Amino acid sequence: MNDMSFKTVLTPAAPRILKQRKPKMTAKEVNVYYGEKQAIKDLSINIPDRAVSAFIGPSGCGKSTFLRALNRMNDTIVGCRVTGEIKVDGQDIYDRDLDVVQLRARIGMVFQKPNPFPKSIYENVAYGPRIHGLAKDKTDLDRIVHESLTRAGLLEEVKDRIQQPGTSLSGGQQQRLCIARAIAVSPEIILMDEPCSALDPIATAKIEELIHELKQNYCIVIVTHSMQQAARVSDLTAFFHLGVLVEVGDTDEMFTSPQEKRTQDYITGRFG
Amino acid sequence: MADHTVKAFDDDLDSLKTMLATMGGLAEEQLANSVEALSRRDLKLADSVIQADDKIDAMEAAIEEKAILTIAKRQPMASDLRALMVSIRIASDLERIGDLAKNVAKRAHAFTDPVPRRLSASLERMGKLSQAQLKMVLDAYAASDVERAMEVWRHDEDIDALYNSIFRELLTYMLEDPRMIGTCTHLLFATKNIERIGDHATNIAENIYYLVNGRSLREERPKKDMTSVTPFSSTIEK
Repeated sequence: MNDMSFKTVLTPAAPRILKQRKPKMTAKEVNVYYGEKQAIKDLSINIPDRAVSAFIGPSGCGKSTFLRALNRMNDTIVGCRVTGEIKVDGQDIYDRDLDVVQLRARIGMVFQKPNPFPKSIYENVAYGPRIHGLAKDKTDLDRIVHESLTRAGLLEEVKDRIQQPGTSLSGGQQQRLCIARAIAVSPEIILMDEPCSALDPIATAKIEELIHELKQNYCIVIVTHSMQQAARVSDLTAFFHLGVLVEVGDTDEMFTSPQEKRTQDYITGRFG
Repeated sequence: MADHTVKAFDDDLDSLKTMLATMGGLAEEQLANSVEALSRRDLKLADSVIQADDKIDAMEAAIEEKAILTIAKRQPMASDLRALMVSIRIASDLERIGDLAKNVAKRAHAFTDPVPRRLSASLERMGKLSQAQLKMVLDAYAASDVERAMEVWRHDEDIDALYNSIFRELLTYMLEDPRMIGTCTHLLFATKNIERIGDHATNIAENIYYLVNGRSLREERPKKDMTSVTPFSSTIEK
């Protein structure tokens, strides 16, 4: 991936993390429109595998819109149009022949508000592997559920009440249940849209610890309003403003010496 | 730069800058007085320098506390974070400058023989040079002026060169008249302290560079203080 065309981005050098990890997703000159309104303008970015990339920016800057474009969640929105190229492992995800259901099995998503199904904890996690036919039999399914709950750091807390409704859990536990549900189908990428904004600091810390664990195996993209969270969990940070990717770089540098004045103003709390 | 959305954050940063300006002024005064006290052997002035050092120490503690509190409260990022880190470092450099000035003043008590005229002139000249460096670097900090900070950084070699020549001069005096050894040793320490003050001024200059540019100054600073590597025999031949 040498032809990185950061048209709107002013970074002196390509991020180091992209030298250490190969890009999992590449977006090239992506535009997203809601009817007449252009929400994303000519956006190009490479997202590293087995690392955490954070999208930051003020409300309405397009970061969630772009995140949703990465697994074609915008398809369901009437009047939403995406142009440009988004590839996962070199495969165009907007290819007409591509099965969107299969794509979303590869790209899991976690939302702002925990949204467990109104089913048992077990069923919440078992649902995905079952419909995608990932388990050979009941024993195999049990194994997948236990493994996913373990990876999400939840098994210890719920093993005695695994048949109780997922909604009986606390907010933080529900969010980890949603992460367990997302990883149960063995995705390659996990997209998280403000996964901690409804959680208290301790639950947030647990999710962040989990994100840190998960990045050993997954490509993680997180949208967050909390600059501190982006600084804590991510390797790559991308700053969005008014639909434009203003600056992208290694997190260490973005939060100590950003190149762009707009980035500087935003992360130091001078506008927004 | 534009103001923060949270105005109280600006107030925190402004008051830190004001505290540092006050502390810097105090350090300048201490340096000037200590050199004067030593070269004129003014014991009263020397005592006042020694006493005033507590004030500088207290200011360092206050600045550090204020900076730590601001970090805890505001979780600063980027230039704000640098500003806070740099204020702590500059306060510590100024505190060291205060200590060194105090040490110079103390030496006024240490010997009773008059200082040869040529030596006291050199001492004053070195004091003037380091005062000018300190003043310029404090101005550069107040104005976030990297150019001026770099000028201080480059000119430290002038102080080093002067120290070098005083070092040789003192050795010559001591060789000519062993009764001068006591006085000259004290003067050697005093001038070394003043030379160290120059080094602290360049530290501050490096911090200003980091504050403004967001990266450290990696370049090697020109050094002219050769006294630590000068063989004794080579100074005798002169």
